[in-house]
Amino acid sequence: MAATMSNVDEIRNRVILGEFDIKNVHTTDYPGNYPGYDDTWNLQKFQKNFRIDVVQMDETSLEFDMVGIDAALANAFRRILLAEVPTMAVEKVLIYNNTSIIQDEILAHRLGLIPIKADPRLFEYRSAGDEEGTEIDTIQLQLKIKCTRNPRATKDSADPRELYLNHMVYSKDMKWAPIGNQADVFADANIGPVHGDILLAQLRPGQELDIVMHCVKGIGQDHAKFSPVATASYRLLPEITLMETVEGEKAERLKRCFSPGVIEVENHGGKVVAKVVNSRLDTCSREVLRHDDLKNAVKLARVRDHFICRYPVNLDITMFREFVKSTSPDLNPIERVWDLLDRRVRARAIPPQKCLGTCRCLCGRVG
Amino acid sequence: MVFIDSRKGVQADGTDEGCVTFVLHEEDHTLGNSLRYMVMKSLDVDFCGYSITHPSESKINFRIQTRGGVPAVEPLRRGLNELSDVCQHVLNTFQRSVSEFRSQQEDVMD
Repeated sequence: MAATMSNVDEIRNRVILGEFDIKNVHTTDYPGNYPGYDDTWNLQKFQKNFRIDVVQMDETSLEFDMVGIDAALANAFRRILLAEVPTMAVEKVLIYNNTSIIQDEILAHRLGLIPIKADPRLFEYRSAGDEEGTEIDTIQLQLKIKCTRNPRATKDSADPRELYLNHMVYSKDMKWAPIGNQADVFADANIGPVHGDILLAQLRPGQELDIVMHCVKGIGQDHAKFSPVATASYRLLPEITLMETVEGEKAERLKRCFSPGVIEVENHGGKVVAKVVNSRLDTCSREVLRHDDLKNAVKLARVRDHFICRYPVNLDITMFREFVKSTSPDLNPIERVWDLLDRRVRARAIPPQKCLGTCRCLCGRVG
Repeated sequence: MVFIDSRKGVQADGTDEGCVTFVLHEEDHTLGNSLRYMVMKSLDVDFCGYSITHPSESKINFRIQTRGGVPAVEPLRRGLNELSDVCQHVLNTFQRSVSEFRSQQEDVMD
């Protein structure tokens, strides 16, 4: 059986899931709290213990483990990803003609939420008060579509797909209209919506849409449409320890108390014995604590500094590789987060101007 | 009570520079909590905490109380620099892990 950690180590490193409460939630390893432990900040120690393991990365989502960091920083990371990483999104919708049954404002709202494939680093923020927009801060998209009757449809068909042409307006019908020198600058970048299969409106013969959209750069704090992630979340790595041998029918029941794949039942000399195989898969439902005969056999905990982060992204992560001609070819929204936090911190290091002489010591070193 | 507000200047009633409340504008938990953690990891600090005065106003009161007569701006400055170093390190580690993962994937595909 696994040896139990010493009590102090457990308080420092584990969050204990009990039957009615959760213990050791907060970080306590500050200097002075534990005699005999040197908890002062040490960058070398942090660098030695810290690691990031990418578990899965594809065009739409990223899952990685961050080990050796505190919750305050991991959460700052998550918050920045949601609210402060800029993207491009439709802001102004100029409706020249809309005879569909979708109201103007509803349609405009839907258009705003569509993720746009354009590298926000290549654009500027629009200056305050600027209504027209220029080529450095605006992307212009056009949606011009008219529904007509299909002359080649059979007489008695009732299927709208046969009867009408252009009766479903998808996001792929939004076409990029380059302004100024954008046609040269973004010659090989196909700017447009990330997904082409988002249904915007349905039309019937005679109805049409004639819309021009202006996309600007913005951040999630302003409006959720600018957020690059679908949802940014993390969880702590679960840790399940068996305090005693669990055999026979109890082992089978124990296995069922956890998510599939966490506990396996093995045959040891004729007896079936339960073994913890992969506690990472557990969703920590604490079902085992409802069984009186099993609840003392297991210790449920979470590792306090091991974060399993999942960030499904609205944009294409790999797209940035093509766009960025700078020296950092692999920057994607996630990496820019750390850049942003860093820059924010540096901005704070510049002291307030009208302060006591004591503040001048802050002036000495910026970042 | 010493308040250091970047917009209003210093409002000091006492002369104890070890106990200061900094008013940071346009900030929230993102910087507040992470900076609090870094400042707490310093030996000089007796107390460090932050609070959001009102959810409609985007400003935080960040309080540091030091021991040993250290002026409070010192752990603040140190905490900011350390936070900046941490972020830089995490960014480097992340970029390295991503490129390792990518090259692993390409090896698998070959």
